[in-house]
Amino acid sequence: MKKEWPLWEVFVRSKNGLEHRHFGSLHAADAEMALENARDVYTRRNEGVSIWVVESKYITASNPEDHGELFEPAQDKVYRHPTFYNLPDEVKHM
Amino acid sequence: MSEKEVKNMEEIFEARIARDEKIEPKDWMPEKYRKTHIRQISQHAHSEVVGMLPEGNWITRAPSLRRKAALLAKVQDEAGHGLYLYSATETLGISREELYDQLHSGKAKYSSIFNYPSITWADIGAIGWLVDGAAIINQVALCGTSFGPYARAMVRICKEESFHQRQGYEIMLTLCNGTPEQKEMAQDALNRWWWPSLMMFGPRDEDSPHTAQSMKWKLKRKTNDELRQQFVDQTVPQADILGITIPDPDMTYNPETGHYEFGEIDWDEFWQVVKGHGPCNKERMEARVGAWERGSWVREAAMSYAEKQEKKKIAKAS
Repeated sequence: MKKEWPLWEVFVRSKNGLEHRHFGSLHAADAEMALENARDVYTRRNEGVSIWVVESKYITASNPEDHGELFEPAQDKVYRHPTFYNLPDEVKHM
Repeated sequence: MSEKEVKNMEEIFEARIARDEKIEPKDWMPEKYRKTHIRQISQHAHSEVVGMLPEGNWITRAPSLRRKAALLAKVQDEAGHGLYLYSATETLGISREELYDQLHSGKAKYSSIFNYPSITWADIGAIGWLVDGAAIINQVALCGTSFGPYARAMVRICKEESFHQRQGYEIMLTLCNGTPEQKEMAQDALNRWWWPSLMMFGPRDEDSPHTAQSMKWKLKRKTNDELRQQFVDQTVPQADILGITIPDPDMTYNPETGHYEFGEIDWDEFWQVVKGHGPCNKERMEARVGAWERGSWVREAAMSYAEKQEKKKIAKAS
């Protein structure tokens, strides 16, 4: 029974102080191979100091169709932004 | 979905692209958009992978360690570029296995340029200078394409690709400043790679039926003929610096338009190579399919090993 190598998502921290960012994906038989392949595929030019790999099937993603109910409620909550509040110009450092 | 609903969705979709919004894999998209993208991105991936073959031919025979290290790095990049693009294609719901099958069975195409042989070291120079030069022009235009994963892969590829062209041009420059025999080799390589490089931009606009649709989806930002002209205009002065001659007696500079005017491309040859009758079509596919088949036991062994380790871990935990 032939089985395709599973898909992995690759996250790379480009330097200490920055977060890991999604770089792309690749196929590998196991986690160790996924890390080695990620090094060769995504960091050939010093793009990173740390790599995370996670099998793609373990990622739960939101559905674009739910965009409205998930994200639109934030749009009418302008009072969460500092510019919502009116202060006289004389007030400094606020 | 009813026909009317689909039509409505399509209108919303086209409007998003017109506003320069990116389309991401899980977004709704017309079936034709999905299919066209699978075809184009996978064709691009196959070209990167098959493109390793003519250059791989020269890794063991590079004239110095410096050249060898550079060529190895370049070929490794092509493998990486193929992988970025395969991953981007897979987000559209096709498996890697299916993509390889399409290449190996001849159902999917790859760039015809790789069906020409690399017979001297100067060819490695000419490939970097001309073939990568042409590829960069095509690819820069694609960095702003509408499908997110494709655009992101293109940005990364373009960043990495500029060294490819420079190392090729440097090889040409070294040969042209060398012995008369070396310069002759450079001229010979230019003679053989010039016309196939012009063909890389595809058929003339009037023979390219998909251009209008591709422009709309930003799969193309400029037409084939516009990109070809851009390539000619930037390359002719580079040949002058090398002191070698473009093999086109009709090449003239038009001071009024600011463009070079060039001779007729041999479109019969173009279509022959596309249809599989180029000098190396058979050899390339044999090399590719052979490598895939010879590697199958390695892929299976790695999978079995991974499964065994997983079982051991579970047994230990319980």
